[in-house]
Amino acid sequence: MNAKAINVAARLESVVGAAHVSGSSESCARFGVDGATPSVVVRPASSAEVVEIVSFAKSEKLALIPCGNCTKLGIGTPPARYDVALDMTGLNQIAYYDPGDLTLSVDAGMSLTDLSDALVRQKQFVPLAVPFFEECTVGGTIASNIGSSLRPGYGSARDFLLGAEFVNGAGTFTKSGGRVVKNVTGYDLHKLLIGSLGTLGAITRLNFRTFPLSEGYGHLVSTFSSVDSIAPFQAMVSKSPLAPSSFDVLGSEAAQTVAEFKDDRDSPLPSWFTRGEWHVCVGFEGTETVLRRYSSELVHCAQQCGASSYHLLWESDQKSIRVELRELIKLLSRSGPAATIFKINSFPGFSADVATLDTLPSRFSIPSCVFASSSGPLYFALQPDDLNDQTINSLAQIASSVFEYAAAHNGSASILFCPLALKRVINIWGPARNDYALMRRVKSAFDPENVFAPGRFVAGI
Amino acid sequence: MHVDCKGDASLTIVGKEATYLLAENTARKPLHREVIRGLQNIVGASMVLHRPEDLLLYEYDGSVEKGRPGAVVFPMTTQEVSQVVRLAAQHDVPVIGRGAGTGLSGGALARTGGIMIVFARMNRILELDLENQRAVVQPGVVNYELTRAVEPAGLYFAPDPSSQKSCTIGGNVAENAGGPHTLAYGVTSNHVTALELVLPDGEICRVGSRHGDSMGYDLAGLFVGSEGTLALVTEITVKLLRKPESVKTLLAIFDRVDDASETVAEITARAITPAACEMLDGWTLRAVEDFIHAGFPLDSAAVLLIELEGMVEAVTAQVAAVEEVCAEHHAREVRVARDEQERELLWKGRKNAFGALGRIAPSNYVLDGVIPRSKIPQALRYIQQIGERYNFKIGNIFHAGDGNLHPTVLFDPRDAGQYQRAIEASAEIIRYCVEIGGALTGEHGVGMEKNELMPLLYSDDDFDLMRRIHDAFNPQSALNPGKIFPLNKGCGEITPRAQAAVRAVPL
Repeated sequence: MNAKAINVAARLESVVGAAHVSGSSESCARFGVDGATPSVVVRPASSAEVVEIVSFAKSEKLALIPCGNCTKLGIGTPPARYDVALDMTGLNQIAYYDPGDLTLSVDAGMSLTDLSDALVRQKQFVPLAVPFFEECTVGGTIASNIGSSLRPGYGSARDFLLGAEFVNGAGTFTKSGGRVVKNVTGYDLHKLLIGSLGTLGAITRLNFRTFPLSEGYGHLVSTFSSVDSIAPFQAMVSKSPLAPSSFDVLGSEAAQTVAEFKDDRDSPLPSWFTRGEWHVCVGFEGTETVLRRYSSELVHCAQQCGASSYHLLWESDQKSIRVELRELIKLLSRSGPAATIFKINSFPGFSADVATLDTLPSRFSIPSCVFASSSGPLYFALQPDDLNDQTINSLAQIASSVFEYAAAHNGSASILFCPLALKRVINIWGPARNDYALMRRVKSAFDPENVFAPGRFVAGI
Repeated sequence: MHVDCKGDASLTIVGKEATYLLAENTARKPLHREVIRGLQNIVGASMVLHRPEDLLLYEYDGSVEKGRPGAVVFPMTTQEVSQVVRLAAQHDVPVIGRGAGTGLSGGALARTGGIMIVFARMNRILELDLENQRAVVQPGVVNYELTRAVEPAGLYFAPDPSSQKSCTIGGNVAENAGGPHTLAYGVTSNHVTALELVLPDGEICRVGSRHGDSMGYDLAGLFVGSEGTLALVTEITVKLLRKPESVKTLLAIFDRVDDASETVAEITARAITPAACEMLDGWTLRAVEDFIHAGFPLDSAAVLLIELEGMVEAVTAQVAAVEEVCAEHHAREVRVARDEQERELLWKGRKNAFGALGRIAPSNYVLDGVIPRSKIPQALRYIQQIGERYNFKIGNIFHAGDGNLHPTVLFDPRDAGQYQRAIEASAEIIRYCVEIGGALTGEHGVGMEKNELMPLLYSDDDFDLMRRIHDAFNPQSALNPGKIFPLNKGCGEITPRAQAAVRAVPL
């Protein structure tokens, strides 16, 4: 640590105690973001301590990045400055839980698994079926707005986040929304925190609506030899009375990838996946009679639309595929040194277009796959074998095609995960958009001195 | 009707709002002739109202607040809206957006005069994307008209406020409107994916995306429910939902209010998820029955109107579960609507209930508090006690499944003592809602009705950030001034503030 860092550490120690401040290169490296490492890591245990830390950072013009378990720090542009890592995992309790009201208030640093365990005891859950589930915190999940595979049935975080408490860049503790399921009292500032990558403040607590677990769950995996059958299948299900809780489409190489990049690399392709085929995985839940109806009607739809095979999964198989689908992004992000995942914000519109996208990287001999949920977004993952100049050059070319594809499909695209070298040559957020000026206004209202995660977000925020 | 403690010497007024608040006090000057001429040049002479007799209708909305605009304009296009806003900025005149004027918190009133933009002529459905279940509409489209347009395709627009046959989608967006079926499907913000906006300097901007996910901050989420204080909305992209296969509407009849409210808490606790769960107490349902003849039993203490939707098998199971809960809580009877006609009649009774109450008392004040659903029984007992203590009839008709209470205090405003007691009783109820973990407003909005109550829920620091967001978009308070934020801090707690919130429904 240099002299400045030692002073900063000493001051932070006076706030949280010496045991909760570290300047060791090991712990600083763990909180590194795109090659930038903080000089100090501080782990507050209360929102009052967060207020003191942020006020101090503001007065000393230090840059802070709020972190949970560091699973998704790779999302975003490299920070312009980075002095202190704000380790939020010290705030990790359920502050309030009223199972009878189906509402919950939880500290941002609590792990999703701890939260999930507490809710399961009341036969409830929060529908955040997100990648890195076993490792990540509630706050990181919201700040990254990483996709949940339950979105078709339960919506995204903005649909069930009721309120939040956070410390903004002025160093003041603020709250927005509440703990009730319906509330229009004041501006919905908590919605802005979703996907903000820590640029607006340090989230200390989040209020959610909880949902009852269902009596039973099932999954239908159907296999199609061509993309052409996917759209008719999707339309048929969508126009039926069925309301699946998840609907994942895996491009022809995606299933293979699941098998290859699982933690246990020797595990064979699960029996419900077929090499080189498109797969549609439909999750459903309910009472026994409801499950029976889902399975018979979904099988009927799949057969009508020319599925080459199908598998109905129950019990442990069903649990297993839910985890595979939930963790797909994680598996792909860790699939190699140059793994790159695009997120395309548009309706997937499965057609020859998507297939074209899927074949784009083959020109560069880069393996790739597409996958999406029925309600979008569409993900496009590339797994180059090596990381070198040639790879980065190819990835950059593919990126501009993807941005064009998104624009042509009435949407936008960004890169969720990619090697740092690619971030140095292209803008991962794609072409500038006309609402960037408004976003900068939001940023300066929340964080006038630019204390939080400078440079990490869109529009140079 | 608006009473405030403006004469109070201890009054502290903050920000630019102060200028407007004072303007409200002084005799309002008509708009300069040059402004009127400018407006006429933009939208055409016949689309500008400025004579006092023409403006009368636009002094009111669904609340009892009042505020007369200096002029009312009816633009046809976003460009015209932008030009009007630019003109207003040049002359330092505030601008207020308005849909059908059915709001219940004074959101669409010209509190400090200025130019009112009425979106009645911007009422076209611009695009129906049935495959992706989206519609792009202008703000003046009437809520129910959108549902009618997409019904043939088996789709509908979910937010269903009581005023859905007249209120506009632009107004729904401004107020983040709710309705009975928000229990299952969420409020307006859950159904809006993109907006076109006109900022106070006339700039036209788009936020969000048709799909719903977009790059960066969720600006659409911020603008929905901002009550016209950040920007004017000129185009809206909404989600459309597919109509359920099966709908069952139940009327559960109780001899004790406690049994009905405990049934609601138990339905939530057992994780039964109705699409709607409404409660009417005996007093209210008798008033309704007299007016609508919906078939409510006259001698009961309370009824629950419960709707279950979805796949036939799921609905059948849920109907059985609801019937079981009702029986355990001593329901005298549970009736299931036999056909669409019976169902519509029950809903007609519910949706016209406030009108029915208006017939039996000279005035009523409808509250909009929200509480945790596990606390409905105790909240209703508390409201009952308040009614007894203040000697008022307080009707209860509300979205029970959401914990969104609408206690309705019936009183005679001609009796000054009653008027004052009604205000105090209402304030006690709202304070209680907040104390047990609730909020001031579930769906009616803050507007100029509850802005002085906001400190019950928010700290100075909370306001400070909200104010900074306000100023980031609307720095001169040129759009809808005098709404949401409390205007003064020196007015000893609730009483004088709640006076502004009294809502008189004339006979």
